[in-house]
Amino acid sequence: MVVLTADRVEPRRLPGVDGVWVAIGADSVIFAILFASFMQARLHNPAVFEASRHTLNMNLGGIDTLILLTSSWSVVLGIQALKRDLVDRAPRYLLGGVLTGLMFMVSKSIEYFEKFADGIRPASNDFYMWYFTLTGIHLLHVVFGTSLLTYLWVRSRRRAYSSLQRVVPECVASYWHLVDLLWIMIFPLLYLQRAA
Amino acid sequence: MSVLRERVTMVWLGLMVLTCVTTWGLSKDLLSPAVAVVGIFAIAAVKVSYVMLDFMELRNAPIPVRFAFQAWPVVVPMMILGFWFATSALV
Repeated sequence: MVVLTADRVEPRRLPGVDGVWVAIGADSVIFAILFASFMQARLHNPAVFEASRHTLNMNLGGIDTLILLTSSWSVVLGIQALKRDLVDRAPRYLLGGVLTGLMFMVSKSIEYFEKFADGIRPASNDFYMWYFTLTGIHLLHVVFGTSLLTYLWVRSRRRAYSSLQRVVPECVASYWHLVDLLWIMIFPLLYLQRAA
Repeated sequence: MSVLRERVTMVWLGLMVLTCVTTWGLSKDLLSPAVAVVGIFAIAAVKVSYVMLDFMELRNAPIPVRFAFQAWPVVVPMMILGFWFATSALV
């Protein structure tokens, strides 16, 4: 007896709920406008922007990027564990996301402390105004995202999520990856963009 | 579920390597500023694309949504580079 089996085709879908993707899209557009505004300000005073850029801690910025990439990866693994009903593994991956989120906050605090110790303030010049604005808004996203991940971690330890109940984790994970990709663009914009 | 065999782990490793290349490679004065800046933002665009496709799972999203989001890592770096070359022309 020959049993014919058709290839299983997964339907195309967005993780979480559509509303989260509307918010993610809107946030991405707002940041794109902020990036354009930064570049326009740079156009008027490239020498000040270049001199100020050299005072930023590029190594710490690079390490921040590695931290957020690792955080995103850990959260992806958490979601995959839920999809496969490996509910005992999900909390440890989500905790990884929480801890790396906290590491980013510590790293950014060190960076801000360095700047304030050197007498650098948002009002020092246009570059620093943009530096504190862009990194500050992004840091608020990190704080909010880490809080959400902490909530997920606590709930996942109580086995609240599974392959059939993963809408909330997918929404939070999608938001967390947005936080990651925004930093991927903010970092070269502020720290690595050399003058001609 | 072996983490090392997961596609997302390969993607994560690639993104980590690309970050090291831009942060501690292309940012040095080894290349001309134009080449370095174009390289840095091209790599940033690739990184954002992979985060969208593999971490945010847009690879399996409805096609119109996928292309709408995938426009961001194309348009934003091009806009930044447009401003960069305009600024360079004025100096």
